[in-house]
Amino acid sequence: MTTPSSNGHPAADDAHLNGRSLDAGPTGNEPAGEAPLVAAAGGWHRAGGTDLTQPKRRKRRKGGGGWGSGNREAAMVPDAEFSSYYGRQIVKTPTWKNPEVPLYLFLGGAAGTSSVLGALAEFTDRPTLARNAEYVAGAAALGSVVLLIDDLGRPERFLHMLRVFKPTSPLSVGSYILSPFSAFTSAAAGFRLLELAPLLKLGTKVLPFLPALARFFPGARKASAIAAAAFGGPMATYTAVLLSNTAAPSWHEVHTELPYVFAGSAMAAGGGITMALTPVAEAGPSRKTALTGVALELFMINKVEHGHGLLSEPYHEGKAGTLMRAAKKATITGAAFTALLGRTRAGAVIGGTLLAAGSVMTRMGVFEAGIASTKDPKYIVIPQKERMAARKAGEAVAEDEARSVVR
Amino acid sequence: MTTVSSASPSLEGADSRNRLFGPLPDVSADAGYEEDHPSRVGFFTDTSVCIGCKACEVACKEWNTLPMDDANGVLGQMGMSGMSYDNTGQLGANSWRHVSFIEQSRSVDLPMPTIGMPGADRHDHGHDHGANAISPQADSVLAAQTSVLNAEALSEFDPQTSVTGGDGGTQIRWLMSSDVCKHCTHAGCLDVCPTGALFRTEFGTVVVQGDICNGCGYCVSACPYGVIDVRKDDGRAFKCTMCYDRLTDGLQPACATACPTQSIQFGDLDELQARADARLATLKSQGVETARLYGRDESDGVGGVGAFFLLLDEPEVYGLPPDPIVTTRDLPAMWKAAATGAAMIVGVVASSFLGRRR
Repeated sequence: MTTPSSNGHPAADDAHLNGRSLDAGPTGNEPAGEAPLVAAAGGWHRAGGTDLTQPKRRKRRKGGGGWGSGNREAAMVPDAEFSSYYGRQIVKTPTWKNPEVPLYLFLGGAAGTSSVLGALAEFTDRPTLARNAEYVAGAAALGSVVLLIDDLGRPERFLHMLRVFKPTSPLSVGSYILSPFSAFTSAAAGFRLLELAPLLKLGTKVLPFLPALARFFPGARKASAIAAAAFGGPMATYTAVLLSNTAAPSWHEVHTELPYVFAGSAMAAGGGITMALTPVAEAGPSRKTALTGVALELFMINKVEHGHGLLSEPYHEGKAGTLMRAAKKATITGAAFTALLGRTRAGAVIGGTLLAAGSVMTRMGVFEAGIASTKDPKYIVIPQKERMAARKAGEAVAEDEARSVVR
Repeated sequence: MTTVSSASPSLEGADSRNRLFGPLPDVSADAGYEEDHPSRVGFFTDTSVCIGCKACEVACKEWNTLPMDDANGVLGQMGMSGMSYDNTGQLGANSWRHVSFIEQSRSVDLPMPTIGMPGADRHDHGHDHGANAISPQADSVLAAQTSVLNAEALSEFDPQTSVTGGDGGTQIRWLMSSDVCKHCTHAGCLDVCPTGALFRTEFGTVVVQGDICNGCGYCVSACPYGVIDVRKDDGRAFKCTMCYDRLTDGLQPACATACPTQSIQFGDLDELQARADARLATLKSQGVETARLYGRDESDGVGGVGAFFLLLDEPEVYGLPPDPIVTTRDLPAMWKAAATGAAMIVGVVASSFLGRRR
């Protein structure tokens, strides 16, 4: 058998003779010192040569994910040597449903921003914006609840979510955000619906006392809208913590940036949707919110996509990469329409639709990237090995310093 | 009602240090158990004596009535992995013990005393001592048997280690390791479980309560070792319980009971740690430089684990993460960013209402 990087030297402690190159490639014979990641292990390597240790690379089909998938040319980081257990993944792939969960992330963001827009519109003489934003928030929040329950393995046990409160569980905290948020947004939207004569008539058939309470509806609606807005911001950003607080390496790595990506994406979506639905005269705040959101999203997504070396790679490759690129195009085009033609009805509708589409695709892209990062062991092994090496180097430096202090 | 035991350590107790990561001397007390709780138990899996018999897998499946699945976790399927003797493939909802097999080779360029049958050098070894002139064969067998647990057996004279050819030949060895849930000091699955279905037992282990779990799957994403998984036809999450039912009846877990070589050792964790340290020292003194303990270090990313290992190669060779951290370690930073992001939304929207109309 042949082992490309093993030249059969007796120096068994030489780290570079163990031949565990997973990606020997054209430069398989690196000089010593090139691959510090693979430690010496007595010269042992998996029997059967390098080909068996390599994760099976399927022919790259359009949008195909899977084992170390993706465009080799687009790889940002050269493949380093590492070993794995027959190329099998180390962490489990999240069992969350797709597209239910990415859509949940999107709806949560859109609803969160809309609720804040709606509450403020109530008090700044923008009745149409307030109405539309409250409807959007209510519908999206109810949709979120449906999607979240549908994602459970045992949907009938949804209420077990409210059995305990655990700050260490973003899903527990999220349940205590989503529950009041969806209650208040649907209450605000519900009171609005009851203000419509035909619906009030219908409601009266069930609850005969409704007309007597009608004078309280506007007040109750405004109170609900304010209460919902209090949960709107957290509703939009907690979902980023939901993803980051996992062992999926490409989600966890970006944990301080993802909440801002989601905040920006939420503002683009919420602003965009309410802008598309509302006459231009009242939609000024929506436009400004959407444009600021786009700026924040693009700025932060750039850090996610380029700031984390190997762990940024899944955001470029395969299905996630396609979605992220499409999201960026839709978001930028939507922002251009909003900025240039947002004061025309057609421009607002086109811009708002594109912004919403961009937000959906951003969430889907981020979701897919995290999924992809769990499927290839290199995203676990290489960064963790680097972390260990850095720690060791740090300890050595600290020791040196301590010694010089003593001296 | 013991909601206290289903809360994560971060919530309870006066000591605010090491709530999310780092060493924690008494996990059970930290989870709210009284002073007189049993001491923390664990597994020490010494892979240097594992023979890959899979008795642990079978005992576990039988005792816990786990359904059949294939190497990719597909229920009801019997499939070959096509890569080694390992057809279990991975830990998951239906496999709570998983024996990994790694066939390794290395080039040797050593001056061989003799060229021929594997173990020929053992005869020389026997002659040096000159113990049995009548039957050197029997003597070498005896020597091999008595040295099964020493380092030479692992590095040079192991029956599984064969040398072919004189110079530039190839040596083969098998690594076998029975993997299991680590029952971490800071368990990611336990931290993120939103229902309290996962809880810390009085023995310091981590167990899922099947009647509480609603199948949200968060624990699956949070485990840095890829241990816990959701069973497809059931919808709930399952993993090793360290035979909680047997422990409460004073029995050992099924896998440790079944293990014929004491590769899987069960006991009080501090005792096992001492035993493992001694075993490592023995191996090192016998020249097994690559032996190492995995999960023993209490200052690692998960605060040390309840089920730790003695490995003969890098952890990733066995499919273990080299430097796992509990994801919740960074949760304060995440909540901070999320809160700032949420405030930004309110601030941006509010400021967008300022200024001129339109």
